[in-house]
Amino acid sequence: MAPHEHYDHVLHEIFVDLTIIGVIFLILTVYLLFAYKRKNAGDVGKQPKLSTQAMLGWLIIPSALFLADDLFLFAKAWDLHDNYRKVPKDAYEIKVTGQTWSWSYEYPNGVTTTNELVVPQGQPVLLRMTSNDVIHSHYMNKFRVTEDVVPGRVTYEWFMPNELGESVVTCREYCGMLHSGMYGTVKVVSPADFESWMAAQASAAAPAAEQPTAAAQPAAPATATTL
Amino acid sequence: MAQPKTVKEWVFSCDHKILGIWYLIGSIAAFAVAGLMAMLIRIELGSLGPTLTEDPNVYNLWLTMHGAVMILGFQIPALLGFFANWAVPIMIGAKDMAFPRVNALSVWLFWSGVLLALSNYVIPDSFNGMWTGYPPYSESEMAGNTALYTMIVVVLGMSSVFGAVNLACTVAFMRAKGMGWFQMNVLTWAVFTSNIIQLIFIPVLAASVLLLTLDKYLGFGFYDPTKGGDVLLYQNLFWFYSHPAVYVILLPFLGVCFEIVATFSRNQIFNYKVLIWAIIAFIPVGGDVWIHHVFVAGMPNWLRQLQSFTTLLISIPFGLMIMSLVGTFYKGSIEFRTPLHWVIGVLFMILIGGLTGIPNALASIDYGLSDSYAIMSHFHYVMAMSGTMAIFGGVYYYLPKLTGRYYNEVMGKISCWLFFIGMNVTMAPLYLIGLDGMSRRYYDYQQFPQFEATQHLATYGVYIAAAGILIMLVSWIHCAVAGAKAPANPWGSKSLEFTHTEVIPGPGNFLEPPVLPAGWTPYNYDKA
Ligand code: HEM
Ligand SMILES: [Cu+2]
Ligand SMILES: [Cu+2]
Repeated sequence: MAPHEHYDHVLHEIFVDLTIIGVIFLILTVYLLFAYKRKNAGDVGKQPKLSTQAMLGWLIIPSALFLADDLFLFAKAWDLHDNYRKVPKDAYEIKVTGQTWSWSYEYPNGVTTTNELVVPQGQPVLLRMTSNDVIHSHYMNKFRVTEDVVPGRVTYEWFMPNELGESVVTCREYCGMLHSGMYGTVKVVSPADFESWMAAQASAAAPAAEQPTAAAQPAAPATATTL
Repeated sequence: MAQPKTVKEWVFSCDHKILGIWYLIGSIAAFAVAGLMAMLIRIELGSLGPTLTEDPNVYNLWLTMHGAVMILGFQIPALLGFFANWAVPIMIGAKDMAFPRVNALSVWLFWSGVLLALSNYVIPDSFNGMWTGYPPYSESEMAGNTALYTMIVVVLGMSSVFGAVNLACTVAFMRAKGMGWFQMNVLTWAVFTSNIIQLIFIPVLAASVLLLTLDKYLGFGFYDPTKGGDVLLYQNLFWFYSHPAVYVILLPFLGVCFEIVATFSRNQIFNYKVLIWAIIAFIPVGGDVWIHHVFVAGMPNWLRQLQSFTTLLISIPFGLMIMSLVGTFYKGSIEFRTPLHWVIGVLFMILIGGLTGIPNALASIDYGLSDSYAIMSHFHYVMAMSGTMAIFGGVYYYLPKLTGRYYNEVMGKISCWLFFIGMNVTMAPLYLIGLDGMSRRYYDYQQFPQFEATQHLATYGVYIAAAGILIMLVSWIHCAVAGAKAPANPWGSKSLEFTHTEVIPGPGNFLEPPVLPAGWTPYNYDKA
């Protein structure tokens, strides 16, 4: 399963789980409020003092239940985490550079684009990312994946574009005046269309010898990436 | 006993109750400023494109001020300034704080911090780096006056540290004869624990912002990768304090709720001892989990997983606390007065907020939610709105002791439910568009035109909430000048601030130092 489909699946289960807890809690609270409404002005509460056993029971049983639910959700999320962070071996690698306020993409053959990420359908894509100035965060709405783009570090994220179509990529870390204007599109096209798009890009780029994005990469070492 | 009469007596007082009232006035003023910012923010976002301002940096200033002032100027001072200062010394039977003059210094520092923050509106290069102030943005020219930001954080931090030392010493050494540790009010425990958290973590916050200033103005480069620094060092230092800071807010506001629930159910606290240990557990567990704020910032994968798990563990002490709170209704005798209405609002808000926090704790789910409106809405539910409702409920609870008069129940309840409805109308839809991809800290959302209708709806919510707040302020003033006279113990509480003081406690708090009989607790309603 592609990480984003897996994501929607797990999130759905978590929401079912949370709704159950929430509803139980709500019913209990509302019941207590109605059941113990004050009847006469002088009444006082009559809650019995808990015995040591009862006290420990009310500590251990709920804690165990909470812990069990935590572990249950954690286990679900663990699989998903592996899916997000273990990059398929055949992933197509694209370099991403964030700067105020646009995204640059550099393909393996040196072709670069701005605010437009075009990828072939059915091909896992690995993004290796860094920033030229302040921190940005690369978020692809359809693919449910965010990773910060940090000066002096190289971070990564991957996604599986298995449906044709366009979706949006935005910046999610506050990066100054036009933070909300820092967005572009992710286009998933058929492999054949991708070939012809790439050929057109390469021939358009050929006369211009320089690759400004590559030259602007910071020199600091990549510390964060362990693939 | 004599209340201060002249302005001079009010201003230069060292009495913990007067200082508490100064905190209250300052924090309400700060709430008004930050609330006004919230309205501007909401109106701006209510429709696509520029609405109130053409300049995104003006919007960014509003947002920076809203976040910083709500937390540093409103919630922390209201809880650890007003409630802690005013109520805790009386609750433990002390005649004042351990160091009354230091206490006055804390208030003066707090007011200085608020004034410094307000100066952002008038200086030309106001700071717009958000309340988190992340470098390298905050080290760039674009961010404006970072030194001012640092100054505000350090001044308010000093105020908090002095206050925390003072309160912790007061609780530790000045309890009435016969009051053991496990006979203290829940609010006292919550404040005491918060003080310990503050003393451990605030210095780290101060360090993080001071290094920022050294970096920006003197070129040191702690956070600058081109000089061998690391931008994530700041985030780790910052959240090392600022995550525990949410418990510094959470514990006292729940403490206030416990007092109100116990009093208006005339009941003992359910499972008191376990509750106290749960509160104490927040110190280690709360201190450990800050990495969840930097899940997507390039942390190693194993650390993301590990911290997902430790973050989930918070659910245990938190769950135990909520169980004690709700359990206190069991076999109680519940009277539905205004303060209790606010607490019922808190229970709902914190239920939604607590549950929506669980997805955020899981790193893999955070990949879709990080820095989205879902996060924004979650923390407004769990901290901003619950905390605010608890604070206002608590102010209503103590109004008769502050003014000697009753507030008007009808106005109190209407203000509560307008605020509650308004905030839900704002935050619930925003949660949903957050799940759909709406990001935080956006001046506009051209890339998400489908969210406009929801954003528009959310803006109506803030008008409703604002109407509630206006009625509340009117009811407070009405109470102070024209409320019906109240007796010393208007709610029939068993806690010392009600049983052993005059209608309005005067200097020294008690006519005679209280001496407590064996087995006394602040919640022993079943004993005559
Ligand atoms: C009274 C009604 C309130 C409304 C309508 C409101 C509204 C908002 C909105 C819409 C945002 C996010 C804007 C964005 O990220 O694009 C925001 C941010 C925030 N709010 Fe509130 N808020 C309210 C009360 C509070 C309170 C009581 C607190 C107290 C803790 C608070 C703390 C914050 C913080 C810390 C932020 C984040 C600022 C940042 O991103 O740096 N808010 N608020
Ligand atoms: Cu950006
Ligand atoms: Cu940005």
